[in-house]
Amino acid sequence: MVCDVCKEGDVVIDLTQVEGAEVRHLRLCEKCAAERGVETSLVVPKQQVTELLQSVHQHMPAASDDAARCTFCSSTLRDFRSSGRLGCPHCYSAFEKSLRELLRRVHGNSRHVGHRYVAPSEGDVERSVTAGELRDRLQRAIESEQFEMAADIRDKLRGLE
Amino acid sequence: MTLDLSLLPSGGVQWLDASGEHADIVLSTRIRLARNVEGYAFASRARDGERLRVLAQVRDAIPGVTGSDDGVMLRVDEMEAGERLLLHERHLVSRELAGLDAQHPVRSGAAVFLARQSSIMINEEDHLRLQSLRSGFAVSEAFSEVEAIDREIGARVPYAYHPEFGYLTACPTNTGTGLRASVLIHLPGLVLTKEIGKVLAGLQQMGLTYRGLYGEGSEVVGNFFQMSNQTTLGRSEEELLDHLVRVVRHVVEREEESRRVLLRDAGYIIEDKLWRAYGTLRYARSLTFEEAMNFLSGVRLAVGLNLIAGLSVYTLNKLLIFSQSAHLAYTAGRALTENEANLARAKFVRKALAEEPDK
Ligand SMILES: [Zn+2]
Ligand SMILES: [Zn+2]
Repeated sequence: MVCDVCKEGDVVIDLTQVEGAEVRHLRLCEKCAAERGVETSLVVPKQQVTELLQSVHQHMPAASDDAARCTFCSSTLRDFRSSGRLGCPHCYSAFEKSLRELLRRVHGNSRHVGHRYVAPSEGDVERSVTAGELRDRLQRAIESEQFEMAADIRDKLRGLE
Repeated sequence: MTLDLSLLPSGGVQWLDASGEHADIVLSTRIRLARNVEGYAFASRARDGERLRVLAQVRDAIPGVTGSDDGVMLRVDEMEAGERLLLHERHLVSRELAGLDAQHPVRSGAAVFLARQSSIMINEEDHLRLQSLRSGFAVSEAFSEVEAIDREIGARVPYAYHPEFGYLTACPTNTGTGLRASVLIHLPGLVLTKEIGKVLAGLQQMGLTYRGLYGEGSEVVGNFFQMSNQTTLGRSEEELLDHLVRVVRHVVEREEESRRVLLRDAGYIIEDKLWRAYGTLRYARSLTFEEAMNFLSGVRLAVGLNLIAGLSVYTLNKLLIFSQSAHLAYTAGRALTENEANLARAKFVRKALAEEPDK
């Protein structure tokens, strides 16, 4: 379907206008929607997040985080760039520099000033790493060919059993 | 279908009751907090076993939440597609949790806990999406409810939190407070007076975004817009909410103003058109969902302008939800073809309007 205005672009938004019993449609491409001040999406789309990340990298000295790999979930920055989603909470520390810059671009700020969270003390949670959890991490490490990490996790598993 | 919606507290539709400030213009207020449990990969990277452990951990913590006694835990991953769509149409779960898109099938461990006006989605994009959903424009009520749930769950389940970045989420667009506040707002006056483009452009400049009634997709149907804060980091929860409230108040005023202009400059034309919309809904034998939404928009405007009396906003709210396909199928007790759904929709709308005669 092509845009009602320029008759060229692909339609990204269908504005429905109702005048009593009369329903009219205005189908707009991204460009014409933008000209009318119509935003076509709510959340920053995945693509935009990854594009932002790329531009962050272009402005950073080489060999910063790119080689880094999260030791918890074995994600890399490349994984993040392709999916637009981080793998686990530890990714924030593994890719700290890139993420700080990305957060600044997305939110205009990278420092949390909202509610401060105090985690429950160990006694209230009584949770220790279980063998099942380690097996899941082991599996993920093997799938992403992180054999050294897999060996470490295997040792921990042996310690538990 | 085995899902029995009558078992949900208030059928899960208390937010339709049209109470709350400006309820004819602002249908509902929703506030959600995104949280993750420390020690696991985020839901999309997690393995089945990890998600099930997250679910078990959250399930254990829920009895500690005030007002959770009459809530219901539903395993979304064990439901048929039709049931998952039904929950989504009722605004109780997101598209992602319901696994409605072919590229994002439902995840094992996907579940939702439904209480009276709040809910907890488990294993959505984030491990936890705590939500409060209220009728009308009710930001502070919704926030204090979701904040209390957050405090009570967070005291039992360790959240992923970073001293500099705040609450950690799968997507960096939610990091920090993890807070998304949105209002579902009906703006036919601004659409008819063609002021809507300016208003929406202004929203963006003020750090708010909007989308259509049903979320992820971009269509704006029936002049319903969902407006939310865009950023979640660098401002406190209170600042984010205050800002949203101020901007939405302003939009409501603009809408009221444009309705006055319409009545003043085109009174009888508008009146005629809105009554025609009412007439169609009252007597049509077949209605597509889009037609129904758009005529309901007209009738809603007529009720707001006091052109049609005796018809309640509550009834109009219910029609928006119950005239959707999965709801019609649920009422019929079987799957319906598109044609059958259009006939059933017209019948349902006719009956509801006949029960509340216009004056
Ligand atoms: Zn165009
Ligand atoms: Zn990670």
